Amino acid sequence: MSLFRWLTGKRRHRAMAPALLVVGLFLIGGIYSIAAPPNNATASNARSALIEEGKNIFLRGCSSCHGLNAEGGSIAPSLIGVGAASVDFQVATGRMPMGDMSVQAMRKKPVYNAQEIAALAAYVASLAPGPAIPTEEQLDYERDGNVAEGGELFRTNCAMCHNAAAQGGALTAGKYAPTLMGVEPVHIYEAMITGPQAMPVFGDRAITPEEKLSIIKWVKSVESEGNFAGASLGKVGPVTEGLVAWVVGIGALIAIAVWLATKAR
Amino acid sequence: MITRREKIAGGAANFIDERTGAAKWVKKSLQKVFPDHWSFMLGEIALYSFIILLLSGTFLTFWFVPSQEELVYNGSYLPLNGVKMSAAYESTLNISFDVRGGLLMRQVHHWAALLFLAAMVAHLMRVFFTGAFRKPRELNWIFGVALLTLGIVEGFLGYSLPDDLLSGTGIRIAEAIIQAIPVIGTYLAFFAFGGDFPGELFIPRIYTVHVLLLPGIFLALITVHLMLVWYQKHTQYPGAGRTEKNVVGYPLLPVYMAKAGGFFFIVFGVTVLLGAFASINPIWIFGPYTPTQISAGSQPDWYMGWLDGLVRMAPPLETYLFGYTISWNILIPGLIVPGIIFTGMALYPFIEAWATGDKREHHLLDRPRNAPTRTAIGAMSLTFMIVSLINGGNDLIATHFGLSINQIMWGTRISIIVLPPLAYVITKRVCLSLQRYDRELVLHGRETGRLVMLPHGEYIEVHEPISPEQAHLLTQHQQALPLDAPAIDANGVAPRAGIKAKVRRRLSKAMLGEQIAKPTAEDVKALEGGHH
Repeated sequence: MSLFRWLTGKRRHRAMAPALLVVGLFLIGGIYSIAAPPNNATASNARSALIEEGKNIFLRGCSSCHGLNAEGGSIAPSLIGVGAASVDFQVATGRMPMGDMSVQAMRKKPVYNAQEIAALAAYVASLAPGPAIPTEEQLDYERDGNVAEGGELFRTNCAMCHNAAAQGGALTAGKYAPTLMGVEPVHIYEAMITGPQAMPVFGDRAITPEEKLSIIKWVKSVESEGNFAGASLGKVGPVTEGLVAWVVGIGALIAIAVWLATKAR
Repeated sequence: MITRREKIAGGAANFIDERTGAAKWVKKSLQKVFPDHWSFMLGEIALYSFIILLLSGTFLTFWFVPSQEELVYNGSYLPLNGVKMSAAYESTLNISFDVRGGLLMRQVHHWAALLFLAAMVAHLMRVFFTGAFRKPRELNWIFGVALLTLGIVEGFLGYSLPDDLLSGTGIRIAEAIIQAIPVIGTYLAFFAFGGDFPGELFIPRIYTVHVLLLPGIFLALITVHLMLVWYQKHTQYPGAGRTEKNVVGYPLLPVYMAKAGGFFFIVFGVTVLLGAFASINPIWIFGPYTPTQISAGSQPDWYMGWLDGLVRMAPPLETYLFGYTISWNILIPGLIVPGIIFTGMALYPFIEAWATGDKREHHLLDRPRNAPTRTAIGAMSLTFMIVSLINGGNDLIATHFGLSINQIMWGTRISIIVLPPLAYVITKRVCLSLQRYDRELVLHGRETGRLVMLPHGEYIEVHEPISPEQAHLLTQHQQALPLDAPAIDANGVAPRAGIKAKVRRRLSKAMLGEQIAKPTAEDVKALEGGHH
């Protein structure tokens, strides 16, 4: 019992009171954690595990720019309240993590897999409420969309940046509205509800969920439309047509004219 | 023996000749000689494209409905079913999807239009750079400029007729350019559109001008253009046996009939191939025109692209004067600059003749290097056009090459001032050094690349004299001198010269002041007599 005797001997020491306080707090905390009722269900456990996993991915891959608590910084915005839809759009299209920060995040091969993206989305959604990822049921554009109406809505709301054939277009200072060819319906939907980068948010009161599905249906119909009129020339209008007229058309005719004029000699 | 067939043909020919007296003229005409060169066929391409335009255009008029009456589409192209649109747009959709061969004809018509304008520009370049516009062909040059100008207008009207989103945007810009004319602009725009934009009148009005008025003027101008070529005879490139008084080439029958006829079908064939294999103006993707909609990357056809590029690079300048707004940002690039360019182009033959004092007739063409200043002016103008044209597509260049549209705009703003003069200087220098090269060739012959060591150890490269034909080609041109400065009198005082005379002397010096003297017969003799 030499330890007890040693402690008794030190009971009037200066550090004894704070040390006791610390021990007391640990005791109370320990007893509470054992005695407190467990969190409501196993589903919630899985969810918090997902959030935890997302947090870990976030700390490793995102926090250097977006801050340890996603509060944002001088080079990246706060992610509190952007919602799961925004995370899913940015990460699943490969825009985040951003490689080249010069102009705007561009679409590339995603860095994370579906499970990791879901975890990240869950973590960011846990910080504050925001737009959720639309479900499969909500995205049934084949059933709920109307192509012609979608085209009208697209030309009114989207074509001025994305081009009337959804081929993309230039914005100021090197920014651009990307082409919508080959974009997943869920990402088109998420872009409309979250407004990534230079894009405005199209809330459900501006464009209803059904109208959003109509737009997606129209984009998909443009995408799958065959080139029945011949080579599409990029569907970008008269610039490539003029190039073809000069290079192919006049080029071929001059070549033939040269041939006709030399044969006669 | 006269065969039965010959008898019938002869009888028919006689019948016509006895009533029209055409035999003599036809005989003479069929023997008319044309010189042979590929660059003389550029104008032919334009002519044949015009014929293709008439034929395919007639086909399109059978189904096109020139009306802005609003209706709801209910046709074969499902993505537009139930959309409100004009009758013009609907009928264009019907031509594309429901009329047999309609889409091909539409595409052939549009490709032929692009080729028509491109061939006219190529033909114009050939005529300019070879000096074919000189006396007596100045008038025909003016007819040519008129054809090009009207061609641009006609093409733009055709681009506007389908009433799709792209064409409506073009019409809107045309309206803005009309409005930019100071004071009367607003009234003119109201007059043209029958009220506020868009109204319901412009499609029927444009249609009449596109299918009746302008083609009529075209036919008249083309006829006069060709009759003048016929009457004045074709120019020819210089060469052995070719003079200002003859035309060396092949007779119309049978050689040119076969060649020109064959070439027509080749042009037709190339146009149909383009129409069959390359999509052009897919109006169903653009959707019907509504003033509230606009597409990113809206462009005019290439022949208007330079104009669009100029408007895109204009800085935002406006003046408010006595309650009127003068929009310099539209007025200068949309009207003043094109006005200067086309007026200058039309008057160029007269300006050059005035500056050089050259009143002679010319039927032999210039080699571009022997008219360095003219060639430099041409290169300068082309550079100006190409820089503007590039800026016309600045948005597509930005997205496809990962550039900033602002950088392209500033790049072209600076280039349009810096590059044309640079092109002028470089071209002139290149022409002069080519003249120097020609002189060397005539005097010292062709470098054979064979090195020979002489007995005393000296190495020389063997030069081979060029053929007399080539020597003739390199020395046949006339070199005029700049206009003389007025004589200085005994007191050392030059006579007073008016501004006009001063300008003329300066222009003359610019045109003719710098040239490399071509070798004379004496030069050649002196060389032959001396060491070599």
